[in-house]
Amino acid sequence: MADHAGVAGSDEVDLSRRKFLTRATIATGAVGAVFAAVPFIESWSPSERARAAGAPTELDISKLEAGQMAITVWRRSPIYVVRRTPDMVARIAGHDAELKDPNSDHSDQPPYAKNPLRSRSAEFLVLVGTCTHLGCLPKQRFAAGELYPSWPGGFFCPCHGSRFDLAGRVFEGSPASINLRVPPYSYPKEHLLLVGADEKGTAG
Amino acid sequence: MTVKTATGAAAPMPKTAGPAKRGFRAWLNKRMPVDKFLADQVTEYYAPKNFNFWYFFGSLALVVLVLQLVTGIYLTMFYKPGEATAFDSVQFIMREVDWGWLIRYLHTSGASFFFIVVYLHMFRAFLYGSYKPPRELLWLIGMLMYLALMAEAFMGYVLPWGNMSFWGAQVIVNLFGTIPGIGPDLVLWVRGDYGIADATLNRFFSLHVAAVPLALLGLVALHLVALHEVGSNNPDGIEIKEKVGADGRPLDGIPFHPYYTVKDFVGIGVFLVLLAIVVFFVPTFGGLFLEPPNWEPANPMSTPEHIAPVWYFTPFYAILRAVPDQRMGALLMLIALLAFLFVPWLDRSPVRSMRYRGWLSRGALAIFALSFIVLGYLGLQPAEGLYVVLARIFAALYFAFFFLMPLYTWLDPVKPVPERVVYHAH
Repeated sequence: MADHAGVAGSDEVDLSRRKFLTRATIATGAVGAVFAAVPFIESWSPSERARAAGAPTELDISKLEAGQMAITVWRRSPIYVVRRTPDMVARIAGHDAELKDPNSDHSDQPPYAKNPLRSRSAEFLVLVGTCTHLGCLPKQRFAAGELYPSWPGGFFCPCHGSRFDLAGRVFEGSPASINLRVPPYSYPKEHLLLVGADEKGTAG
Repeated sequence: MTVKTATGAAAPMPKTAGPAKRGFRAWLNKRMPVDKFLADQVTEYYAPKNFNFWYFFGSLALVVLVLQLVTGIYLTMFYKPGEATAFDSVQFIMREVDWGWLIRYLHTSGASFFFIVVYLHMFRAFLYGSYKPPRELLWLIGMLMYLALMAEAFMGYVLPWGNMSFWGAQVIVNLFGTIPGIGPDLVLWVRGDYGIADATLNRFFSLHVAAVPLALLGLVALHLVALHEVGSNNPDGIEIKEKVGADGRPLDGIPFHPYYTVKDFVGIGVFLVLLAIVVFFVPTFGGLFLEPPNWEPANPMSTPEHIAPVWYFTPFYAILRAVPDQRMGALLMLIALLAFLFVPWLDRSPVRSMRYRGWLSRGALAIFALSFIVLGYLGLQPAEGLYVVLARIFAALYFAFFFLMPLYTWLDPVKPVPERVVYHAH
């Protein structure tokens, strides 16, 4: 040990070398910390079990009466299936000016539901039954004038008062900004509704 | 033995003065600075002698924290997190565990008392300008504790897995969904499932019983270290450190122990009486501390008719609902919370205490306190008609308090601040 004192210049500290080594150590450590954080962060993603439970779900719609709504569950969300009467379909038109997004330009739906009725066919409406505001379940208020005289029928969220028409389109003055979501769905057989899968495949 | 201070008040000589030379105490102090720590932080820590009623709430917050930790540890012994077990295990605690009802009601009432105490503690800071330099960092650490406490209370409310637990979680977690771009993916990540589910409940349990309490304890330590570095403010808003006697001690200071330990114990006594009254006679406090829908198990297919958070969140909830746009509402709610962080730099008054400020500052604080209470009431009511109109008016007043603060504190004429604290011996 004593020999070290005899080495020429050993008392001199090379500050720039020390600074470089310090910074390099910090940088290496930071990169390591970021990589080490990945498993912990990813552990919060839906598990394989949760993803498997989110598989498409079927509903027999032959027994649904006209003007009524059935509720099924897909990915822990209620799915509203409404068999609209011609009168209900007629009440979807005529109030576009009162809607936030009448053409569903900013809303979330498959291409085949981006139309005024927001469905594949005029008769069946399929919606994710959670309010696009903060996720409460909008209640059915299908009768005309049920909420107020000019009410054309639709859905009303009890939590924060969002209102939607019979195509799930949101009215002005609601805290929700976009229309009720339409899940991917298809009819693999007559009277059989498959929620969560369409021609493009299963929802990701 | 006593020493005479310059004011003539007798302060006892600390027992710990002069290190012991022999025995266990000497052995201990050679290995760990116990006596030095106690002297620095307690027996020779000088606090202003003019503390009043408002100075009870710091130590009370600490008492409630201990209450929550102890009752929480015991609840964890009986509670079973999980979609299938959570609700039943809470009912098991209430009906079948000996004294389980008492432990749970202490914990649920303790949560509400925690916020009462913290809100009064924060109001004290506004009243006497305790956030002003050099106490900005102290204020910031306190605000971090407030935010951590809100997270802790929210996640704790989810654990009984009643229907309000479920829908409260649904509404609050969905707030993350309003963040542009990453929102929906973030919500999925936070929940760990396509809805509020077993995964969500279990991670909230872990955060509630381990992560957040640890963070809170760390912040408490930082809060106290920062407080003892800069010293307490007082109702006159005068720096007592600037007037020291020949012995180097603040003329207007008295040792924390025994003077304030005794005072705080009186406060703790009164506090425990009030807590006992609530726990034994009105544990649900008319639906304010525990909401009726939470006696029903969580039901993802049935939203309660009226969703309102527990009272301590309702001022912010009223602001959220006052805006007919979800992103804007969530943003305003966030600003309403974060605005507190900037108060030390928004207040431009040359004096700290309201005692020496004019009617502009006093009026602004009164209107703010009123707005906070009215918004708290409105957040409990349905979002319709007059309630929404009132919520908008009082939300505007709430924000005006913060955003106009540089203006009115600058315009406000102030009175001369005395050299020494105002104190009447008793």
